[in-house]
Amino acid sequence: MDVNLCVGCGACTEKCPGKFDDGYNADLKQRTAIYVEYPQAVPLKYAINPDVCLKLTKDKCGICEEVCPAKAIDYTQKEERITLNAGSIIFSPGFKPFDPSRFDNYQYANFPNVVTSMEFERILSATGPTMGHVTTFPKLPLNPKKKQDKLLAEKRKDPKKIAWFQCVGSRDINKCDNAYCSSVCCMYAIKEAMIAKEHAGGNLDCSIFFMDMRTPGKEFEKYYENAKKKHGIKFIRSRVHSVTENSETHDLNIRYVDEKGQIINDTFDMIVLSVGLEITQETKEFAQKLGIELTPSGFCKTSSFEPVTSSRDGIYVSGVFNKPKDIPESVLDASAAASAAGDALSAARNTLTKAVEKIPEINVVGDRPKIGVFICDCGSNIKGVVDCAGVTEYAKTLPYVEFADEAMYACSQDAQNKMVEYIKEKNLNRIVVAACTPKTHEPLFQETLTNAGLNKYLFEMTNIRNHNSWVHKSNPEIATQKAKDLVRMAVAKAALAEPLKEEKINVNDTVMVIGGGLAGMTSAKSLALQGYKTHLIEKKDKLGGEAHKLYKTSQGEDVQTHLNELIKEIESNANITVHCNTTLENVDGFVGNFKSTLKTDTTSFALEYGVAVLATGAKALVPTEYEYGNDDRIITSLDLDKMFKENDAKLDQLNSAVFIQCVGSRQPDRPYCSRVCCTHSVDNAIELKKRKPGIDVFILYRDIRTYGERELLYKKARELGVIFIRYDREQKPEVVLDKGKLLVKLNDHVLNQPVEIEADLLTLATALVPRKDEKLANFFKVPLNDEGFFVEKHAKLGPAEFATSGVFVCGSGHYPKPVNEAITQGRAAASRALTLLAKKDNLFTSGTIANVDSMKCSQCGVCVAICPYSAPRFATEGRFAGKAEINAVLCKGCGLCVASCRSGALHLRGFDTHQIFSQIFALGEAV
Amino acid sequence: MNNKLTGSVVVIGGGISGMLSALDLANSGYYVYLVEKGPSIGGVMAQLDKTFPTNDCAM
Repeated sequence: MDVNLCVGCGACTEKCPGKFDDGYNADLKQRTAIYVEYPQAVPLKYAINPDVCLKLTKDKCGICEEVCPAKAIDYTQKEERITLNAGSIIFSPGFKPFDPSRFDNYQYANFPNVVTSMEFERILSATGPTMGHVTTFPKLPLNPKKKQDKLLAEKRKDPKKIAWFQCVGSRDINKCDNAYCSSVCCMYAIKEAMIAKEHAGGNLDCSIFFMDMRTPGKEFEKYYENAKKKHGIKFIRSRVHSVTENSETHDLNIRYVDEKGQIINDTFDMIVLSVGLEITQETKEFAQKLGIELTPSGFCKTSSFEPVTSSRDGIYVSGVFNKPKDIPESVLDASAAASAAGDALSAARNTLTKAVEKIPEINVVGDRPKIGVFICDCGSNIKGVVDCAGVTEYAKTLPYVEFADEAMYACSQDAQNKMVEYIKEKNLNRIVVAACTPKTHEPLFQETLTNAGLNKYLFEMTNIRNHNSWVHKSNPEIATQKAKDLVRMAVAKAALAEPLKEEKINVNDTVMVIGGGLAGMTSAKSLALQGYKTHLIEKKDKLGGEAHKLYKTSQGEDVQTHLNELIKEIESNANITVHCNTTLENVDGFVGNFKSTLKTDTTSFALEYGVAVLATGAKALVPTEYEYGNDDRIITSLDLDKMFKENDAKLDQLNSAVFIQCVGSRQPDRPYCSRVCCTHSVDNAIELKKRKPGIDVFILYRDIRTYGERELLYKKARELGVIFIRYDREQKPEVVLDKGKLLVKLNDHVLNQPVEIEADLLTLATALVPRKDEKLANFFKVPLNDEGFFVEKHAKLGPAEFATSGVFVCGSGHYPKPVNEAITQGRAAASRALTLLAKKDNLFTSGTIANVDSMKCSQCGVCVAICPYSAPRFATEGRFAGKAEINAVLCKGCGLCVASCRSGALHLRGFDTHQIFSQIFALGEAV
Repeated sequence: MNNKLTGSVVVIGGGISGMLSALDLANSGYYVYLVEKGPSIGGVMAQLDKTFPTNDCAM
């Protein structure tokens, strides 16, 4: 394939006789030898699989070459070797879902209704083999041709009962060699069960069989609780031994032991194996070629203090290859790796990049509107309900519409290219797209307008998916009518669209980092290395924060040594000014132009800066239960760390030590999991056992959440004889101080009877609580969640920044996290801030902002008082002194001032009164 | 030793992590080569239906 010629039309696939398994759909269906991975693929270029192409294997066929209108097919292409010169390498090869075929107990390879979670993911997807319909026998072709398959397909039904089996290919050294926890399966199983219920209706019975429920991420515990309480998903703590099949119906029978020790038989229509994440042999070999060290589990070996740096200089790693992780963590890794790779090359920054060529804007002012309308099918997402062809035809009849077209995926590269062509060819000067949500896709289409020389505000998007095909699924006719109404409204507004101007923002390239803990220091160091003057603000008298209290990381590294090294580096960096004993008094201004007053005991001073990083951290809860404070032998995890650090002689006298987990976490008043405490206790238990092998150590827990390779510590602790006893939130352990004895009483879940432990030391694994600094949050207009953690811009794609431009977040103020993750996020925040600082001459305001008709302004001040962003103010000079004016940078275009202006002096560009009315009138025609 | 630094980075792997590394670096002033074995970028995330804990569309 010549990718430069391929236009992505798909004509080549129509008659291609070669077939092979469609990996994108987890091999649940077949694809042609010439293929595109998926409809929204980037780049949207077809590829040929040389192993199944008849032309390449047998020199027959050649149909694709005949039908390709772009003459892009080239069978003579050979492997090419290209040499690239680069300063750094980022290696992020990802993972493969574990293949359970070799497990004979679950019979995945033989039973048609045992599927993997990846297969189930595709079954749930609207673009998947069953178009989102959950059905049994999903591995059979939709319209089977073989006789045997046809017979099976007749038995196809909508499942009534589905079970998920957790830890398939994870936490298992019996049937495979993956001792680690894959970190993501508990959450995705809950998600799949929820979505399956959504697709199949509320009566679907979903059960998740698990060992420990591991939901230690931000908002995860609530998701788990909701799944139980709101969605009625059953959680069964049991490892199912094996599965048998009813040979007639192919229903699946399982036998398991429940928590009370009873043997239970049950039957399911489908079983989903929650397969773990695995590093492929190919990746391991490639890592060896690169000369980087791996852990015994096959992941990249990195230190907690340089968590994205491989053992080889200049090679950085991110994503699942750098330990099993979910999407937000992979996103943080990505930015952190970019920061680490960039830091090493900062002297060569901007030497090889070129500025993007600007396409001159066509002046359309005064021209009659010529509207182009594009209707998106979104695969079956919209077209499955709405008659998109009918809507397209209808659009052509509307006033000022010059052209209308339907696209399978309007967001795909080829549809975008076509749009540019149509704009040029038909001189379109306004564009309407009826598709999904502008929240995610408006910027993409606006960029397309820019590429075609149109001002990006000559665009209107209407949502015929979320607001229509999704909510009116059962009423296709009405949905089609509504789509027409929505398009008519959008066209009416688009006809009135005007080109808008974006104002340039000057960027002060000084940085302020608030919080001198590990995360804040890491951010400051990276930004300083990139050449930016950085001010590090710390409330206390020294840098280092909570990390001063830690003994070792989960990988056994000494925290104090590394912490002190980092503090020294910070203090000796000429670009960093450290302000200890300093608090922030106020924040004025906006992205690129912040101004604050900072106060110490003796003075106060002003600081001007362009971006801010909030790294205020969290602190350990002071417990109010388990007799804490009433006896010296009852301490917190950090107290125990202190004893280790000081090599306290008392440690050698202990004969029995008890840990209680979830002290203050995972309970109604603090519903989140504090993420770090399980590993911390397990680690400290090992340390106690190492110091004195004869000691009895008990960990009383609810779920052990040693995610990722931390699981190996859990395994080691069990091997060393640490005893784990589970308790329920409803039946917490009881601590009794009796005649000088420290007793811990609880019900043992294995023996199902009360036990009493006499302890010499009781360590409470306390929750990490956020500082809940509402003052700081208000200063920067950034949100806090119910628990007091900062709310990031996007749970998955913006985990190190706020929705407020120019403000970034890292460390435990975002969510509790261990050393390596705090440092990763510190680096990630620096990387995100750097992308903004690098735009110094290229940062613009939005065009859709309020503006004042000064002649009409009555100076009442309502707009000044009501704006949550402090954008309107009274002009102090000039002809209109005393009248309201809008600060274009602060204005978010919310329209609050416009709605409250009693003089009609305020207008929102792009959403002006006559534009809104035009939509309402256009809707009126339908009534 | 640093007088011959090259201001470019090779990112191997076009999944969510590789793509975002590439974007951050390109937007910070480094030239990026994004290398992907398959015919398109996107990785495993493109195969997912929804994502936890917000149940957003993964695509």
